[in-house]
Formats: sequence, C-alpha cells, structure tokens
Amino acid sequence: MIPDLGKYAVDVLSAYVIALALLFALVAFSLRQSAKARADLERAEKQLKS
Amino acid sequence: MSLWKYANPVKFMALSGRILPFVAMLSTSCLLAGLIWGFFFTADDFKQGSTVKIIYLHVPAAMMAINTWIMMLIGSLIWLVRRHHVSALAARAAAPIGVTMTLIALFTGAIWGKPMWGTYWAWDPRLSSFMILFIFYIGYITLWQAVEDDDTAADLTAIICIVGSVFALLSRYAVNLWNQGLHQGATLTIKETSPIDASYYYPLLFCIVGFILLFVTLVLLRTRMHIRIRRTKALLARRCL
Repeated sequence: MIPDLGKYAVDVLSAYVIALALLFALVAFSLRQSAKARADLERAEKQLKS
Repeated sequence: MSLWKYANPVKFMALSGRILPFVAMLSTSCLLAGLIWGFFFTADDFKQGSTVKIIYLHVPAAMMAINTWIMMLIGSLIWLVRRHHVSALAARAAAPIGVTMTLIALFTGAIWGKPMWGTYWAWDPRLSSFMILFIFYIGYITLWQAVEDDDTAADLTAIICIVGSVFALLSRYAVNLWNQGLHQGATLTIKETSPIDASYYYPLLFCIVGFILLFVTLVLLRTRMHIRIRRTKALLARRCL
C-alpha cells in the first residue's frame, strides 16, 4: 500500500507523521476548548436565570 | 450590505454557525485528495527522490504560517482603529493555528534539509526569519494569556503583531533580499509557466486550498469559542454585582 520511498523512507514518513500529528492535535485541542466554552456559557446562562 | 455588520458578535455567530460545517467538509476533502494524490500517486523527483513528497506539507504550512500573521495584523489594525471586539478575538483565535503551521514548516523543512543539504538547520536568512516568527507567535499567545483585561491584552498584542509583521514579510522575501543561504527561491510564482512539473503542481494546489480552508474552519471555530468565553465572563461578572 505504501509506495516505495527508497532510501529516504524514514525522512518522508517522519515528516508526514510529525505534520499530521501536529494538525490532529490542533484540531482536537480546538474542538475540546470549544466544547468546554459552550458548556460553560450554557451553565452560566442557567445560573443567571435561576 | 456592509461587512462591518459582522463585527456584531450575534451576527457573526449566526453566519459562522451556518458556514462552518461546509468549510470543514470542503477542507477535509481537499486535504485528503491532495495528500493521497501527492503521497501515493506522484513519481519520485530525479534529484530529490521520494523527499519531494514532503512538499505537500511543507509549502502549504509555510504559506499559512506567514499569511496567518498577516491576517492577525489586519484583525489587530481593525481593533486599533475601529475597536471591533470580533476582529481582536479573530486575531487571537488565529495565533495557535499560526504557531502550529510554523512548527510544521520548521520540522518538515529540517527533515527535508538533512538529506538534501546535509544539515537539519542553518542560519540562513529564510530559516532564521521563520524561527524569529515562531518566537513572535509564542510571545503573542503568552501576552494574551498574561494580561487579565481583554481590551488591554488586545491593544498590547496588536503592537506585537505590527512589529512581528516585519519578520512575517522577511520570511517571505528573505531569499529575494539576501541572495545567499541554502533555501531555494519561491516554489510557486505568479507566472505563465509553473516552475514545477504539473504532476506535482496539481496535488500541491489541492493541499494549499485544503490548508487555507482548514485555517478558515479553525479561525471560525476558535473565534466563536472566544466570543462564548467573553460572554460567560460578562454573565459571571453580572451575577457577582
């Protein structure tokens, strides 16, 4: 499945692993922070109403 | 119709909520198409071998690292001139994206540099200005977190943003200004003939569009988040009164 990367296989694969890991971490971090902000706001609005 | 009406957080939240899922889907499709095409279905370069496949991550990330700072500069200038909170929050929201793009460009560049130049790092004008840009990103994020009052933080970070723009532009034009160092000139230029072969060019275009759309998705998501955090703070402050 993985194409023959020859003598540079380690370089190419490590570049992809690091870059994709950083991108996934950024997306996951943003989604988590965003969900927390939404929950905190809903809680604050409920508290204010009650 | 004026663009300024979206400086109103309520209108911004309504519009961004509608377009966010579409931009996210488009971004994922472009990124998957570009990366799969580039990694699996392009040939090795006759000089660089398979390391040419790093171009699909390195070039879009480097472009976004510079352009994110320019977007932050525009947001900061709008804040300084017109005092629209959404623009300051959008600049704040973009910074973690920019720092990640800078890190990706630095890491993939170092990994690409070792087999091609024989070294991971050199104090070359473009590499050095990129490293300074990374430090500016860290400073910008730290300053937002360190200052408690949001308006003061927005003022101070806007100044950092203006100063850092020198290095963002240097990162782009360093190769043209100082004709020395290891890094090559721009890979993509606005010319009739592309400097790279079409078999590499088209998947690269998909990746660049994918990175731009990913940036838009994350800026919208994170700006919405900061608007919510600000609203929560305001509600809690009202409750304490």
